[in-house]
Amino acid sequence: MSLEQLYQQIILEHAKLRTGSGLAETPVPAGASSGQSHQLNPVCGDEITVRVAVSDGKVTQLRWDGEGCSISMASASVLAELAEGMDVGSFTAVIGNFRDVLRSRGKLAADPEILGDASAFEGVSKYAARVKCAMISWVAAEDALAQALTSSTAAP
Amino acid sequence: MAFVPTSESRALLSPALTDDEVLRIRNDFPILSRPMGGYPLIYLDSGATSQNPISVIEAEQEFYEQRNAAVHRGAHLLAVEATESFEDARETLAAFVGAGADEIIWTSNATEGLNLLSYAFLNSSLPGAAGPAARFALGAGDEIVVTEMEHHANLIPWQQLAERTGATLRFIPVDDAGALDLDAAAGIVGPATRVLAFSHASNVLGTINPVKTLVAMARRVGALTVLDACQSAPHLPLDVKDLGVDFAVLSGHKMLGPTGIGVLYGRSELLNALPPFLTGGSMITTVTMERAAFLPAPQRFEAGTQKVSQAIALAAAANYLTETGMDRVHAWESLLGQRLVEGLSSIPGIRVLGPAPGEERIGLASFDVAGVHAHDVGQFLDSKGIAVRVGHHCAQPLHRRLGLTASTRASTYLYNTTSDVDAFLAAVAGVRAYFGA
Repeated sequence: MSLEQLYQQIILEHAKLRTGSGLAETPVPAGASSGQSHQLNPVCGDEITVRVAVSDGKVTQLRWDGEGCSISMASASVLAELAEGMDVGSFTAVIGNFRDVLRSRGKLAADPEILGDASAFEGVSKYAARVKCAMISWVAAEDALAQALTSSTAAP
Repeated sequence: MAFVPTSESRALLSPALTDDEVLRIRNDFPILSRPMGGYPLIYLDSGATSQNPISVIEAEQEFYEQRNAAVHRGAHLLAVEATESFEDARETLAAFVGAGADEIIWTSNATEGLNLLSYAFLNSSLPGAAGPAARFALGAGDEIVVTEMEHHANLIPWQQLAERTGATLRFIPVDDAGALDLDAAAGIVGPATRVLAFSHASNVLGTINPVKTLVAMARRVGALTVLDACQSAPHLPLDVKDLGVDFAVLSGHKMLGPTGIGVLYGRSELLNALPPFLTGGSMITTVTMERAAFLPAPQRFEAGTQKVSQAIALAAAANYLTETGMDRVHAWESLLGQRLVEGLSSIPGIRVLGPAPGEERIGLASFDVAGVHAHDVGQFLDSKGIAVRVGHHCAQPLHRRLGLTASTRASTYLYNTTSDVDAFLAAVAGVRAYFGA
């Protein structure tokens, strides 16, 4: 597989764009419940923190802070773009689908109808060492979402 | 080529391998002729694991085909031959590092060697430990000193030992040039120091540490020295007696040997005073239902079935290196190391870690590429058939000290050519443009 199939143009662009980065700069929207998760890649030492805000069954905001390789930064950027406005059930399903594709070792094709720009990470699944790079922000988002939902059900 | 050998460096007195010799050496390593995605393989990751010459692969195969039997037991001829081969291997490794055969303990890897030591020290520190083991006992008020450039394998076992005994772990800092701060060391290694554990050569920086200076510091205060020789034993002439260290570890797969085998060296007198770590078969004299008496070293530390074929193959690796000449291997790799560091330093946006061009280093170079993550650098190089290591190289504290989370490392061995280095440098020069940095 060529380098271009792994580093699709959209990945290289998002790696610079970093949509949704900057936790401190953007407060959680008023009235939303939020959860935050910090994840570490022990192989390279990269870290990411993702915060998810939920309101009326919808993801109203996803913000993150992190440093890492172009795959992990682009993945977080695409995730932020994709998540906002999505209802919680669909978002959970998308995360599950993304994980399935990434862990398929190239056997499962990405469906752009479901994953949108995140389909560009399909090629990563053939590089076992890089799957974690692409997954790390999604794992953090999944955890943050679970926390946000717990805190919203706990609220009166 | 500009080069400043230190007083402890001997290799530069020898001529380096010639290009023709290196090309002949390459023919002994089958894997080096494997194409990688349409490119010839350029293997620059020997600091992580080295490749094996045919003689090593054949030694392991020959053992299984002709002499496989349990060692140190059984009266039959096969068992005798297996035991002789196993003990011959020990003598080969002893000669390779300048030790006596009874001072060589087989371990699974260097990490196990360091854990063996730290657990034996822990056993010495438990209530009830007495007699000769008392000299290894640690407790509150005692200090274990390591360095800021250690591989996690020579850090975490000591952290754990300090935590469990109440001793304090201290470290010798690294300066901005990637050398140990010896002035600081003189203030840190003091009367409370019981153990000084440090690497001979840094797996990240390439720095060769002044072993004799550190040993002298430790001796003045009666501390034991533990040398991590993983990055030196494969690459330069090693003489543990000349260096004066009390213990040393090395890794087989980093010196042309198989995985699953390493060596712990200890001065005979110390090994025989040290309580065992693993206990069981093959390491005892008399056993009753209540207690056991232990054999002297090395058997004292070799409980259970040993790594026989690996030890024999490692001896074949040591023989290969000795026949090539460790002085000449070191001289060749020093040239490659200088070529790496000079070439990298001349590429815009590259920050080389460790000693500057012209200063002594082993044949490796780690570097940071401005605006490009190490994983992306490694992936880019891989697409051209170039294998390097990326990440923190099991040295997170050192990377933190350098203000990085990860770096890229190219590490050479006796089978690398100057063209390997040049192809690598040409590829690195294209990295930033590709990622738009």
